[in-house]
Amino acid sequence: MFEFIVSYYNYWIYIGLMMIGFYAMMAKRNLIKKIIGMNIFQSAIIFFYISTSVKKGATVPILEHGGHGHEHVAHAVDVMQYANPLPHVLMLTAIVVMVATLGVALAVAIMIYRRYNTLEEDEIIMLLKRG
Amino acid sequence: MIAQIPMLIVVIPLIFAFLCPLIGLWRKGPCYYWTILALSLCALASIDTLFAVIHGGAIHYRLGGWPPPFGIEYVVDHLNAMMLVIVSVISLTVAIYSKRSVEQELPDKVVYFYTVFLLQVTGFLGIVITGDLFNLYVFLEVASLAGYALVAVGEDGAPLACFRYIVMGTIGACFYLLGIGYIYISTGSLNMADVYQILPQMYHSKVVLTAVAFLLAGLAVKMALFPVHVWLPDAYTKAPSAASALIAPLMTKISLYVMIRVLFSVFKPVLSIDLLPVTDIMVWAGVIAILGGAIMALAQTDLKRMLCYIVVAEVGYIVGGVGLANATAMKGAILHILNDAVMTVGLFTVAGIVVYKTGRHDLSDCRDLFKKMPFTMAAFVVVALAIIGVPPTCGFFSKWYLIHGAVIAQHWVFLGALLFSSLVSVILFFRVIEIGYAFRPSHGGHSGGGHAAAIDEAPLSMLIPTIAIAIAIILIGLYNQTIISNIIAFAVPKL
Repeated sequence: MFEFIVSYYNYWIYIGLMMIGFYAMMAKRNLIKKIIGMNIFQSAIIFFYISTSVKKGATVPILEHGGHGHEHVAHAVDVMQYANPLPHVLMLTAIVVMVATLGVALAVAIMIYRRYNTLEEDEIIMLLKRG
Repeated sequence: MIAQIPMLIVVIPLIFAFLCPLIGLWRKGPCYYWTILALSLCALASIDTLFAVIHGGAIHYRLGGWPPPFGIEYVVDHLNAMMLVIVSVISLTVAIYSKRSVEQELPDKVVYFYTVFLLQVTGFLGIVITGDLFNLYVFLEVASLAGYALVAVGEDGAPLACFRYIVMGTIGACFYLLGIGYIYISTGSLNMADVYQILPQMYHSKVVLTAVAFLLAGLAVKMALFPVHVWLPDAYTKAPSAASALIAPLMTKISLYVMIRVLFSVFKPVLSIDLLPVTDIMVWAGVIAILGGAIMALAQTDLKRMLCYIVVAEVGYIVGGVGLANATAMKGAILHILNDAVMTVGLFTVAGIVVYKTGRHDLSDCRDLFKKMPFTMAAFVVVALAIIGVPPTCGFFSKWYLIHGAVIAQHWVFLGALLFSSLVSVILFFRVIEIGYAFRPSHGGHSGGGHAAAIDEAPLSMLIPTIAIAIAIILIGLYNQTIISNIIAFAVPKL
C-alpha cells in the first residue's frame, strides 16, 4: 500500500491540488479566492498532463543536421529514449486558455467591484436583493 | 476554393471578428452589416456542405495536409452537417434581429458586441466541425469565453451571474480536459476515429471508466443538465436579449451534440450501453431534468427565467432520448436538437421584443401584448404550441419519436415525465397568453376599452426574423419526414 502511494506520488499531488482548487471554488465566498481556486484547479490538470509524459533520463525527439554532407544526428529515435512532447504542446494551448479564462474572470471581478464596491458574494447578493 | 469550404466555415467568422473592431474605429453602423455578411457566407457554406454530405457522404478535411492521427482533422458527416446549418442559420437570424435591441441596450458597445458575437459563432462552428478531441476542447473554451463576455454586459446583476457561469463553466471544461487526458494516456491518440478504433481493447480498464465519467460530468455542466444547471437561469436571464437569443438555443444544444459524439463516435455504443450503465443513468438524469425544469418553470414570475427553465427541461428530453438507446428514440433526440434550437430561439426573440418594448421581462409586463403586438404574439403562440407539442408544429414530431422510443424501451417513467412536462408547458404558456390578453379588466370600470392598447408593433428588423422562426417551426414540422429520411436516418449511430 505504501509502495502504491509512493510510486504514484505525482498523481497524488495532482489530486490534492485539484481538490484544494475545487474546494476554494465551491466554498469560498470571496470572488478573488474563487479565482485563485480556479487557477489552482486548472494548474493541477496541467501537472497531470505533464507528469504523464515524464521519463527519467530521456531526451527530446529532435533530428539535427550533421553539418557538411554528414548524416543527420538524432538525439533519440527509439521510443524508450525520448519524452513524449505532445502533452507539453497540448498544455501550452491549455495554459493560453487558462490565462484567457483568468483574464475574463478578473475583468468581471473588476466590473462587480466597480458596481457594488465589494467582492464578497454575500454582500453583493444582499445589495442585489435590496434593489 | 470549393475543397476548402469546411475550413472556411470556421475561418470566415474568425477573420471577420478580428476586422470588426477596425471597422468600428471608422464607424459603428457598418459592424452590423459586416456581421450579417460574415454569417450569410457561413450559412451558405454550411448549407452547401450539408448538400455535399447528403449526396457524397462524409467529408474529411486535413488541416495543413497532415494525415489524421498526427494532424487535426475536420470531419463532416450527416450529424455535423445538420448542426452546422442549425448554428449558422440561427446565428444569422439572431444577428439580423439584434440591430435595434443592441442599439437600445448597449449603445456604446455595439462594435465589441458584434466582435464577440462573431467569436462566439466561431467557437460553436469549431466545436461542431472538428474531429479531434483536444481541438474540440479549445473551441469549447472559445465559445464559453465569448459567452461569458456576452453575458457580463447585461442588466443589473449580470456580472455576478456571469462570474458564477465562469466558475461552473471552467469546472465543466476542466473535467472534459481531464477526460481527454485519460483517453490520451490509454490510446496515445486524440483523433476521434482513431480512438474509436484503438480503445475497445481497453474497455474493461478503470482508466476508460474514469475518462467516461469525467467527459460526461464536464459536458453535463456545459449542457446544464438539471442538478448542475444552476448557472443557466441567472446567466441567460440577465444577459442582453440578443445575446441570450444567441447563446440559449445554441450552447446547450452543442454540448448535447458533443455528448452524442463522445458516446457514439469516440466510444463504441457497446461501452455505454452494455459494459457501463451510462445510458441507464442518462435516462434517469433526463427524467430528473424534465421534472425539475418543468416544476421550476412553474414557480417563476419572470418571463425570461421561465423560458430558461424550459430550456433545462428540454435538455432532459434529449439526454433521456439518447439514454433510451434505441434507434427511434435516438432519431427523436437528434430531431429534437434541431427543433429545440429553433423553438428556443423563437422564445428568446419574443422575450427580447418584450424587453425592447417594455424595458423589463416580468410576466406582468406581458399585459395587453396581444393587442399591442399582434404579429409578435402570433409568432409566440406558434412557438408555444411547438413546445407543448401540438401538430403540425415541429415539436410534436420529435416528441412523438421520443415517446415511441420510450414505449419500445418500455421505460414508462420517462414516458410519464414527457407527458407531465407537456402538460406543464400548457399551463406555462396559457398563463402568459392569459396575461397577454388581459381577460381581467385591469383599469377599474373600463372593461374592453382600447385606451392603452393601440397597436405598437416591434420594429421590422426584429419582427421579420421572429416571424421567420415561427414559419420555420411549421415548415420543419411539415417536412419532418424529408429531414429524417435524408439526414437524421444517417446521423443515428448504429446501435
